[in-house]
Amino acid sequence: MLREIRPAIVLLLVLTAITGIAYPLAMTAIAGAIFPAQAQGSLIEKDGKVVGSALIGQEFKDDKYFHGRLSATLAPDPNDSTKTVSAPYNAANSGGSNLGPTSKALADRLKEDVDELKAENPNAAVPVDLVTTSASGLDPDISPEAAQFQVPRVAKARNMPEDAVKQLVASNVQGRFLGLLGEPHVNVLALNLALDRAAAK
Amino acid sequence: MTMIGWLQIILYCVIVVALTKPLGWYMTRVFNGERTLLSPVLRPIEAGIYWISGVDERREQHWLTYTVAMLLFHVGGFLIIYGVMRLQAVLPFNPAGQSAVAEDLSFNTAISFITNTNWQNYGGESTISYLVQMLGLTHQNFLSAATGIALAVALIRGFSRASMRTVGNFWVDVTRTTLYVLLPICVVYTLFLVWQGIPQTLGDYVEATTLEGAKQTIAVGPVASQVAIKMLGTNGGGFFNANAAHPFENPTALSNFVQMLSIFTLGAALTNVFGRMVGNQRQGFAILAVMGVLFVAGVAVTYWAEASGTSTLQALGLTGGNMEGKEVRFGIVASSLFAVITTAASCGAVNAMHDSFTALGGMIPLINMQLGEIIIGGVGAGLYGMLLFVVLAIFVAGLMVGRTPEYVGKKIEAREVKMAMLAILVLPLMYLGWTAVGVVYPAAVASMANAGPHGFTEVLYAFTSATGNNGSAFAGLTGNTLFYNLTLASAMFVGRFFMIVPAMAIVGSLAAKKSIPPSAGTFPTTGGLFVGLVVGVILIIGGLTFFPALALGPIVEHLAMNAAQVF
Repeated sequence: MLREIRPAIVLLLVLTAITGIAYPLAMTAIAGAIFPAQAQGSLIEKDGKVVGSALIGQEFKDDKYFHGRLSATLAPDPNDSTKTVSAPYNAANSGGSNLGPTSKALADRLKEDVDELKAENPNAAVPVDLVTTSASGLDPDISPEAAQFQVPRVAKARNMPEDAVKQLVASNVQGRFLGLLGEPHVNVLALNLALDRAAAK
Repeated sequence: MTMIGWLQIILYCVIVVALTKPLGWYMTRVFNGERTLLSPVLRPIEAGIYWISGVDERREQHWLTYTVAMLLFHVGGFLIIYGVMRLQAVLPFNPAGQSAVAEDLSFNTAISFITNTNWQNYGGESTISYLVQMLGLTHQNFLSAATGIALAVALIRGFSRASMRTVGNFWVDVTRTTLYVLLPICVVYTLFLVWQGIPQTLGDYVEATTLEGAKQTIAVGPVASQVAIKMLGTNGGGFFNANAAHPFENPTALSNFVQMLSIFTLGAALTNVFGRMVGNQRQGFAILAVMGVLFVAGVAVTYWAEASGTSTLQALGLTGGNMEGKEVRFGIVASSLFAVITTAASCGAVNAMHDSFTALGGMIPLINMQLGEIIIGGVGAGLYGMLLFVVLAIFVAGLMVGRTPEYVGKKIEAREVKMAMLAILVLPLMYLGWTAVGVVYPAAVASMANAGPHGFTEVLYAFTSATGNNGSAFAGLTGNTLFYNLTLASAMFVGRFFMIVPAMAIVGSLAAKKSIPPSAGTFPTTGGLFVGLVVGVILIIGGLTFFPALALGPIVEHLAMNAAQVF
């Protein structure tokens, strides 16, 4: 048994060096050379400033922007570090609401939000993804229905014809991969950037 | 449920099965020490590693020595993780300036990673540095997976050898698995993931100014290299708190599909390795069939439950299924499929929040883990878990006809059956026992996030996941408390090693036995009857141990939900 001690120490250190240091560092170098944009986090710049990542959702509250999904992310309470406060789309602390199917808190929240959205657009069915929180709290996407649902509000806030906004939404819908995998979705940040560009013209 | 949803599920199953044979062929060659395509590059490295660490690759070990070597290896792994977590504040690669991790959380995380559980009491981007991610977590993702595979190979040798005292060399098995199987796949896989959008950088967290002018700090890091092995090694511990739901850990439907494949491929291929090494590939396919039956049944239930939604959603006229805690790019089907896969294997990565699943949709992951994660299972762990059930099923079949049971030419006798029962019984002792404590001890009760039966399920899920070395969670439960850090660590430890040691004892005793040629009275273990028998034994043993607990949690919650009751 004693002769197993040396491999237990040396082999562990060698394999640790290979898998824990050499492998991640080598992959960082190679990935950075081949896919520099993705490796840095698919960042989007506008006028030389980083406005976000193409993959990370951000909070939109203004009527003139399409809104993303609800986000349940938290941040430490500035007044008491042992507590947390709601901080939607906190990209440094991802997470979901974790409310269960029979949660009263969830039922109350859903009802309130559905009522609010019904008042905003009485002509369409409320899309489920607009009133539910995402798993990561950073979902960059909404369903095409959820985008169409918001068209009247956005068009009104921007004084644009509804048809133009509708078309913009349609051209931003990403379908399933190979027509099969995943779900059709609209990237909210990309759509809002396109909207800003269209409005600037 | 939709047609296109089912097509995704079918495509998934077809690809997993199609990969089983070629990968099984390759892995068998690796474990037998034969030449492979990669040998010209890797053989010199392998020989160098043996030379420097004083390993004689031709010297095989007795099962006890093999087990002791494995345990020693884990002690070292534990010390490395615990050390870097406690010292991360003064070590390099810490751009976010994370401070030292507390003792109990470091202890929990170290146990969690050496046992291939990867339970996330740590917060990922909010608690640990890049160095801990690489040196602590990524490296142990490799080594705990390699250990699992090595043990499964030793167990297979127990069946395939006759009259031998040794079962292989642990150091050689671990090194070969790491170098020839895990690393090459991970290198290609990492690049694929980066191409899909996963970051791989050592730079600082990004400060962005959003379109509405708010500040957003975006956590990045060497993510792709860790995600690759986290999936392939069925580890599941996330780089980020939200795990594979985070867009930086799983950006697209394609990355999601490939991640699901990588959870199952090695485990499924090991059934083929088993068949090849015992000299009849159909023995491996029979095992895979048992796994397949249980898997498809689970997928169907979860998919149906999530697509149906909850009574709360229905009452408000919201259609489209239960989207609370799910991502739009995956939707209902890819989230449901992922949840069943990750708990069938002992992966534990999540791309949706299981805590927000419907009662029945969340019950299937729970059942998968309580059955011992034998449906494909953790890399290696799934196969030896399944073979324990096979030993029992063969024993039951032998009792029915009054013959000494045999399996692939080995007599199954009292010692093997006792050891198999020991391994199978110790798991419910852990998760039921600790759940009982968790729902009465006041400090533990305070950790529940949901009231009513769902709170009970959160506790049951936590201890089941820890015992099964899964690592997924009903994440509302506040796990980072002294009580949960210590009790979950004990469940993970017992769940891993009290399964491995009896399994290794079986290996030793089987390898020493003579091989008997099949005769007219031998129960054929490649047909439908055998598959049905094993499925039956699994469900009966499982059902008897955990059905009462399920009745108190998800089942009563489902009834309450249908009665529109909220808590």
